[in-house]
Amino acid sequence: MLKITDLKVNYGGIEAVKGISFDVPEGKIVTLIGANGAGKSTILKSISGIVKPSSGRIEFLGTDITSKDAAFIVGKGVTLVPEGRKIFPDLTVLENLRIGAYMRRDDLTEDLDWVYGLFPRLKERAWQAGGTLSGGEQQMLAVARALMSRPKLIMMDEPSLGLAPLIVRGIFDIMREINKRGVTILLVEQNANMALQAADFAYVMETGRITMSGTGNELLNNPAVKAAYLGT
Amino acid sequence: MQYVPYLLAGISVGGQYALIAIGYTMVYGILRLINFAHGDIFMAAGLMMIYLANPLTLWLAVPLVILFTAVLGFAVERAAYKPLRDAPRMSVMISAIGVSYLVQNVALYVTGGLAKTYPSLPWISDTITILGATTKRVTVITPVLTVVLIVGLVILIKKTKIGMAMRAVSRDFETSRLMGIKINTVISVTFLIGSLLAAVGSLLYFANYTAIVPTSGAMPGLKAFVAAVFGGIGSIPGAVIGAFLIGLSENIIKSGGSSWTTFSDAFTFVLLIIILAVKPTGLFGEKQTDKV
Repeated sequence: MLKITDLKVNYGGIEAVKGISFDVPEGKIVTLIGANGAGKSTILKSISGIVKPSSGRIEFLGTDITSKDAAFIVGKGVTLVPEGRKIFPDLTVLENLRIGAYMRRDDLTEDLDWVYGLFPRLKERAWQAGGTLSGGEQQMLAVARALMSRPKLIMMDEPSLGLAPLIVRGIFDIMREINKRGVTILLVEQNANMALQAADFAYVMETGRITMSGTGNELLNNPAVKAAYLGT
Repeated sequence: MQYVPYLLAGISVGGQYALIAIGYTMVYGILRLINFAHGDIFMAAGLMMIYLANPLTLWLAVPLVILFTAVLGFAVERAAYKPLRDAPRMSVMISAIGVSYLVQNVALYVTGGLAKTYPSLPWISDTITILGATTKRVTVITPVLTVVLIVGLVILIKKTKIGMAMRAVSRDFETSRLMGIKINTVISVTFLIGSLLAAVGSLLYFANYTAIVPTSGAMPGLKAFVAAVFGGIGSIPGAVIGAFLIGLSENIIKSGGSSWTTFSDAFTFVLLIIILAVKPTGLFGEKQTDKV
């Protein structure tokens, strides 16, 4: 579905991504794990058109989306849930959801019902300003906002960041639920344990390169991964 | 009853400042840029009226002036600010100062440096009597029209999709782009609206004056800017309230007689110094907080 070939990205004056190739097959959960500064977020930003890669090719459903406008890429069905949630603090919860569907011109009732079903808390707080929500609620809102664009591929950047373990589990449950509905997921995580358990396929990144890959289970049991990322 | 004409004039001038101040505050809200060229775009609208009112009928000239001024604001943004989108804010500000001088000098070239007589607008400039005070009809029309336009603007910002996008973009460019919002379109719309309101303000403001020179936009522009800072730059209600307060204060000072009139302009700038010293964020300004 998503095919990355030899992607190189310069970000903040350094080559953050040094020639990476990987695939995200349709209907799967794929995860990129790795330490801080490995280049994971940069990859997601260049897929979504926020950062321009210096070379390489990004292909989505057969269309070349390398260096395309962010709006074009959202229109194709690729959405990013950014790191740190980045909800709009002075828009209401409902407005945050509506702005997620900014590209769409059709009726949103059905989608609103769906995301309210996934996150009943958001329905209760529909009229509250986004900034007044707790961290976990903001993460729910960020995911729900991304869903409002009816994505085929949803990319999540560190959804567990700064959240309590119970909330993190909730977010991962919802992620699987969304995946069951046919939405492909590309997940970037530092919480390697949770990510590998959820993933069908995983890549390990170190300083701009992919060093290992395999199914979630394979990597969970890989001694090198255990030592470096799982702390066991 | 001796204060009535001053109060009327104050409300009227306040409304005119408000229409200019909104342009400053909206552009600041979205780009964090003080658009120094805004006062000159206001002046250019006045000149356009002078050159269009003669060959055309007034009812054709007025909409054309508003349209051309909006296009001028749009063009200035595209030519002078958009290429500097990723540049430091200081560069954009200097570009704005450059545009300000450019517009003034083009005006100087076009007018030949002579004061151009502003056309007398029928009906609007007619003399009427209110509560025993004689004034022009524009004095009464201004606050009404200002309030109508501001209500319209607030509805646009609060209720429409483009308004929602404007609020989002003013907060966070990158996340707005992730939503599929075209930042440049939203910024252009902001400049179109700001310039459109300045054009309306110009029609009302210059109705009280007989002539325009290329620097005619500087003083009202500065005062509207002070109004925007006073109200808290970035806030639309703040700019409007600030503008009315400054318009009123200025004219109340004038009611003290000719020895006080001299100080009416100085008052505005003393007010600016006091605000910056006491409450730099203005009446409704948002506190600068670094979000984690």
